[in-house]
This record gives sequence, C-alpha cells and structure tokens, in this order.
Amino acid sequence: MATQHSRAAARFMIAPSVVLLLAWMLIPLGMTIWFSLLRYNLLMPGENPFVGFENYSYFLSDPAFQTAVINTLLLVGGVLLITVCGGIGLAVLLDQPMWGTGIVRIMVISPFFVMPTVSALVWKNMFMNPVNGLFAYVADVLGLPAYDFLTAAPLASIIGIVSWQWLPFATLILLTAMQSLDSEQLEAAEMDGASSWSRFYYIKLPHLARAITVVILIQTIFLLSIFAEIYVTTAGGPGNASINLTYLVFQESLQRYDVGTASAGGVVAIILANIVAIFLMRMIGKNLDA
Amino acid sequence: MARAVSNSVKARNTAIAWIIAILIFFPILWTILTSFKTEGTAIADPPVFLFFDWTLENYATVQDRSDYFGHFMNSVIISVGSTVIGLAIAIPAAWAMAFVPGRQTKNVLMWMLSTKMLPPVGVLVPIYLIFRDWGLLDTRIGLVIVLTLINLPIIVWMLYTYFREIPTDILEAARMDGATLRSEVVHVLLPMAVPGIASTLLLNIILAWNEAFWTLNLVAANAAPLTAFIASYSSPEGLFYAKLSAASTMAIAPILIMGWFSQKQLVRGLTFGAVK
Repeated sequence: MATQHSRAAARFMIAPSVVLLLAWMLIPLGMTIWFSLLRYNLLMPGENPFVGFENYSYFLSDPAFQTAVINTLLLVGGVLLITVCGGIGLAVLLDQPMWGTGIVRIMVISPFFVMPTVSALVWKNMFMNPVNGLFAYVADVLGLPAYDFLTAAPLASIIGIVSWQWLPFATLILLTAMQSLDSEQLEAAEMDGASSWSRFYYIKLPHLARAITVVILIQTIFLLSIFAEIYVTTAGGPGNASINLTYLVFQESLQRYDVGTASAGGVVAIILANIVAIFLMRMIGKNLDA
Repeated sequence: MARAVSNSVKARNTAIAWIIAILIFFPILWTILTSFKTEGTAIADPPVFLFFDWTLENYATVQDRSDYFGHFMNSVIISVGSTVIGLAIAIPAAWAMAFVPGRQTKNVLMWMLSTKMLPPVGVLVPIYLIFRDWGLLDTRIGLVIVLTLINLPIIVWMLYTYFREIPTDILEAARMDGATLRSEVVHVLLPMAVPGIASTLLLNIILAWNEAFWTLNLVAANAAPLTAFIASYSSPEGLFYAKLSAASTMAIAPILIMGWFSQKQLVRGLTFGAVK
C-alpha cells in the first residue's frame, strides 16, 4: 500500500523528530568531546588552549574518580540486587489469589511516583535522622544506640532509598510478565505433584527470565545517572564516600567550573553507559522483529 | 486464575501481602500524616500516629513563605508543555513509521532509543553553557525544551507500539466503502489512536513532573518546579518536618493519583514495548 507518494509523506512526517534528536545528540556531544581536549575553566577567562588528553589523565588519576567508579558500580549493583530479588518475590506473592489485590498493588507501586527529591528528603529527615528520625526512635525502644545512617553508612543508605523507589518498577514489570503465564501449565504441574518451590523454579522463573533482563537493563540505564538522591542527602560526602560518576562530573563542572575536566568525565560516563546500552538495544531490537 | 483455593490459603496470602504493602507505602503515609501535625507534634517522642490535633496551618505557611503555588504552576507548565510539544512532534513520526514502514524504520527507531541511553551528565557542560549564552538558564521555556528532547524517544516509541496494533485491514475496508483519505483519518484511525495517545500523555507528564537532573542544574529561584523547590528544604532552619511534609504531599499527590491510573501504560512505556 506504500506508494511513492506516501513514502515521501512519511519521510516528511518523521523528519522533525529525527532532526531534533540528531541536533540534541550531536551538537552537545561534539561540544563535550571538543571541550574535553581543551584547558578550559570558567573561573580563568582567556584562551582555552588545546591540551590533548591532559584532562583525561587528570580526571582518571584523580583519587575521587576511582571512588566514584566503585561507588557507581556498588550503587547500581546493590539496587539491582535488592529490587530484582524483592521484585520477583513480590510478583509471585501478588500473583496469588487474595482479598484487596487492587489496593495492595496501588500501595506497592506508589513509591515509584514520588519525585526523587521528596523521597530523599523524607528518608533523610523523617527516618534516618539520628535525633528525630523514626529509626532512631525504634532503635531507642529496642535499647540500641541511635545510628547516623547518612554519616556512618552513606552509600548503603542511598542504596536503600533508591531501592525503595525502584522496587515498585521491578515488581510491576515482573508481575505483568507473570500474569501472561499460562495457568494450565501450572495446574498440570500441580497435578503431577510438583511442589510450590519446583513450580516456581522450573516454570515461573524461566518464564520471567526475559522480563528480568529487561528490568536489569533499564534500571541500569537510570541508576548509572543517579543524581538527585545524592545531591539532597549527602552531597557526595562525607568526603567522597557517597560520590558517583554523575555527581563527580557535576562537581567538576557546576561547582569547580572546570569545563575541560568535567567534559572528559562526561565522555567517560558516556562510554560506560554505552557498554550497557549495547546489550539493552539488542534485547529490544529482537523484540521488534517478533 | 480459575484455580480453587481454600480460604485459609487466601487469608494467609492476604495477610502477608497487606503487611508488606503497608510497609512499602508507610513513608508516603507518614509524610501525609506529618503534614497535618504541628512542628512540635511532628517530632514528638514517642511518635504520634493518628491521634493528634489535625491542622492545616503547614499548608498555609508553606504557601505564604515561599509562593508554593508559583512553583506548582512551574511544574504544571513544564511537564504539560514539554509533553504536548513532544506529542505534536512525535505523533506524525510514529504514525508514519507504524503505517508506512520502510526499510529504515527499524533502524530509525533503534537510533532514537539510543539517544535515550546518553547519560545526561555527558552533555551537562555544553547544555549549561548554551543555556547561559542564550539566556535560557532559570527559565521555564529552557526546561520545556530540554524535557521535550529527553522524552521525545519515549513518546515516539510508545505511540509507535500503540499505532502498530491498529489493524490496517480496517483502512482498506473504509476505502472500499469510498472513504476519502481525510475521513479515513478522522473517522477511522483517530478514534482508535486516541487511547494510545492519552496513555502516552499521562506517562510522559509523570516522567517530566519527577525529572530531577536537569531541573536541579538548569534553574534557580524563578523557574524552579517542585523537584527543585523541595530540594531547597535540604538546608533547614530549625523545626521543619511538618512543613516539609506539607510541601511534599502537595508535590506528589497529583502524580500519585495519575500514576495509579497508568500502571499498564507505565510497563509498556518504560520497557519500550518489550514487556506488555
């Protein structure tokens, strides 16, 4: 049905999206790469000489960089572990017959809709605060000393907050996938005397495999760029204890105004994200053919 | 699920699920409750749960002290504005790719998706400098532009997955009956496309409302939407839990309610159609 005429019209309709995205991608990206090769600091006006890879060697040898990379990986890994395991458990649970499924679902997915700055502030002040927080009160009741979460274990605390935000996402997607499972298969297994564990392990889990992969990949994309939660709770501290790559680049650029180094950091972040992206794209691309 | 389950099993499931659900929801519930307390009650030891003198004074104070409504409107303008502009650009593109697919369609879609993988921090410096030079820092229009562009791939993708499900046979049937191209679009395609467009609109408003990287970095006092405004509470003076809770409750309430209605679309939109 596609004629020469409709082809031309289609191209015309697609063009604005493509041109805008192309501009959005290529212009800033080109500028980042160019700046990363210059000695360029907003606090030192004047010429911005070309320095080759100096910024990269400076950024990569900065002790904060190593901390930031390790923290980024811990943050992504920790949150993935909690949300994927918790999400599988919750999806299995919510898939069972029960009263009030609708309300339970609404409560479970709600944290995902809370803006990052709100959830970070609420956790920081009303729960983790060592004096007035609810956790401090619980510790007091149990006879334990108050624990200053964001000072003593900043990264773990942030992992906790971010996991709370993303657990609903994993649960929702895994539950959706779970509900597409043919119940006859489960009934047959049950009749043959399969225990509930083996029904989970041999039927449900393999069925979820694809959805789990999707959850891991999509969350990774977002988790690599965690920013607001750190900005609001610890600002990367104490010291650099809870700094991640995104936050480090933010510090170099908008706090130290070192455009060259920040750009080099940005390029490093892009390379890291691309490694993940390649896998994700393959998964989604396969689905497009189906 | 048609399987018969004994009531005792069902009761056990229900109990476990409710306990976990309430635990997960508790921080939100606690925030809402605290917003109705006085600052003194908010940090009372032991904490009070339901039995306190409910007050609305925090809501009034937050508005008086900081023009809460102004920031709320910034959020509305930025999230709705970027979504509507995004839809206007994306609908023709998704439409063309779904109904007149060419050899390059798949590649174009995948490439659009790849732009979403670009970490924002990778382009923070140039965007900041461009915004500074063009006077876009701390303006609503600047944020609308950025949020339109970062969410455009999701909008195109979501619309595409919806449009693709519209059966094209029906078009041929309409054509046989002598429908013109215009009436084909207006009377046949559009009614079938509206639900998909509405879902996309809803999900994208949620995403834009909660966006917190660009909003924190590109605006200050004037154009700050709620994400950035709430962040200013991170440096407190004195007792402020109740006011923080009131500001937070108002910031999350509209989106929470929209979110409850968009569970299904959320899955499709955020997995780019990979899980439905």
